[in-house]
Amino acid sequence: MFRFLVRRVFGALVILLIISAVTFWLFYAVPRDPATMSCGKNCTPDMLAQIRHNLGIDHPIPVQYWDWLKGIFVGRDYAGFGHCDAPCLGYSFANREPVLGTILDRLPLTLSLAFGSAVVFLVFGIGTGMLAAVKQGKWQDKVASSASLVASSGAWASGLLLPWLVLALIWTANYTRMTRSQLVETLSEDYVRTARAKGLSRANVFFRFAWRGAMGPIVTIFGIDLATLIGGAIITESVFSLQGVGRLAVQSVDKSDLPMLLGVTVLSAGAIVIFNIVVDAVYALIDPRIRLA
Amino acid sequence: MTSTDQQPFLSVRDLKVHFSTEDGTVKAVDGLSFDVAKGKTLGIVGESGSGKSVTNLTILGLHDPAHTAIEGEILLDGENLLTASPRELERLRGNKMSMIFQDALASLSPYHTVGRQIAETYRKHTGASKKESRDRAIEMLRRVGIPQPDMRVDDYPHQFSGGMRQRAMIAMALVCDPELLIADEPTTALDVTVQAQIMDLLKDLQQEFGTAIIFITHDLGVIADIADDVLVMYGGRCVERGTKREVLRNPQHPYTLGLLSSMPSLEGPVDVPLSPIPGSPPSLLNPPSGCRFHPRCAFADKVSGGLCSTAQPALDVVDGRGSACHLTLDQRDEFFADFAVSRHN
Repeated sequence: MFRFLVRRVFGALVILLIISAVTFWLFYAVPRDPATMSCGKNCTPDMLAQIRHNLGIDHPIPVQYWDWLKGIFVGRDYAGFGHCDAPCLGYSFANREPVLGTILDRLPLTLSLAFGSAVVFLVFGIGTGMLAAVKQGKWQDKVASSASLVASSGAWASGLLLPWLVLALIWTANYTRMTRSQLVETLSEDYVRTARAKGLSRANVFFRFAWRGAMGPIVTIFGIDLATLIGGAIITESVFSLQGVGRLAVQSVDKSDLPMLLGVTVLSAGAIVIFNIVVDAVYALIDPRIRLA
Repeated sequence: MTSTDQQPFLSVRDLKVHFSTEDGTVKAVDGLSFDVAKGKTLGIVGESGSGKSVTNLTILGLHDPAHTAIEGEILLDGENLLTASPRELERLRGNKMSMIFQDALASLSPYHTVGRQIAETYRKHTGASKKESRDRAIEMLRRVGIPQPDMRVDDYPHQFSGGMRQRAMIAMALVCDPELLIADEPTTALDVTVQAQIMDLLKDLQQEFGTAIIFITHDLGVIADIADDVLVMYGGRCVERGTKREVLRNPQHPYTLGLLSSMPSLEGPVDVPLSPIPGSPPSLLNPPSGCRFHPRCAFADKVSGGLCSTAQPALDVVDGRGSACHLTLDQRDEFFADFAVSRHN
């Protein structure tokens, strides 16, 4: 487990390094100059140079990237803003606020959005999936299965209903079907029959044997879906004008706000990478045949 | 089979197990009766799909009630299992009656340690503490010959070898000293030395606890080793039954004869070719008319009037010995003689 964590955390750092470098490069690939934008109409070359110096973008791109990286670990001094303690993600070009603080302010909203709907669709999706699997072929199964179909076709209403409810509804449908099919499979496993042959109660057999076997794939898919869910925050927050991290990302692209964009990108990528490590560790806890190394 | 002065411990009477499928009704077991006495072993022989496994899953009540129609009577120590409540069956399963399954790797839970899987059976039925159940699991593992059982008790099934898994499976089935043990091809997947060890183990345990054993197999060699009585199944029905000696030495049904002829004999001459039974097992969805074995039977044309393809032969049982065949006894003596010659000289 320790080796697994060390290896995965190291891998995660490499991934984040690549993501930040690519973001940096992409930002400058677009012909937009943040200094010009904040300089205003009556802009002289001197003023422009001064702004560049204040923002810390008066160096070649690789040097800028290096300064940004260094700032995360040892802090950084800006001509325009003064000292910024480590971990320093810089100051926003747009509103001159520290990037890290702004993101942390908005993070709770985004997290509650993502995890709130995750809880909704996990509870309802897995619950109805279990019901459908236990009552295979009976009316409960048919109702649950067709309800999940209706729910997933509910996307048409996305312009009318609260989009994130619709979103959760679609996810619910996915998890209903996934849970049902996983359980239908594990319920017919030999070891489930053995558990019944031992005289264990139905509920015991269902939760400790059949559901245990069905859980692994569901956890894996959930790990992947969480990333999508966080990405989905961009849409949800824009539609509802919520001031979350997703909206922050959109605004920072709009305003050519490089430090903010980098911060949001790296932090969300970090969150996704961490989720994936957690999911793999959980999978190993569920299934002792999986060895982490 | 059972002597008349002894009440059979398990008594199956005219059992019919029919599955409803989309294509129609599958008659997996169609009118089967047998008894097993305490301390005795009944060997059930038959090809895949002959109904032997279904019969035993039905005894334990492990069939899917939604798609299964069951008729007849299964009495365990006088109690009718087919009318018992689910709770009552839970109390009996793993306790008074238990089962060793064929594929131990698939039949043991990959998510729980071997020790826990054994202990929880004991705990459920005796109400013992966790500590006591764990000690009991270690004791059982020792008894089935797992080395260092106090260490291996915390292993998962995938950390065991195939033979050890099968032993663990047996330990689990025997943890509550069952009075009826159903062993469904417990040694099929194992190599011969391990197979022999496991057979010895079962015999020892039977001596110790007086357990009644139903041993399901398609291997007559195993039957010759362990069974007291033999029941031969074909297409969901019993075609022949008797003591091990009667059935193996003096088969009365062409199917039994076919099974014996397709098995090499160590005592007979080595140059006698093995003769497999032609054709394949019957469909239970649309079973052949008349005798279910007649399409594959070498002697069907010896019975006058095409009786084999029109009438189902009755199973006449006298003192536990019987066979269901239209051939007369004289015909059997004549036709089966070749077999006896090649077998015993």
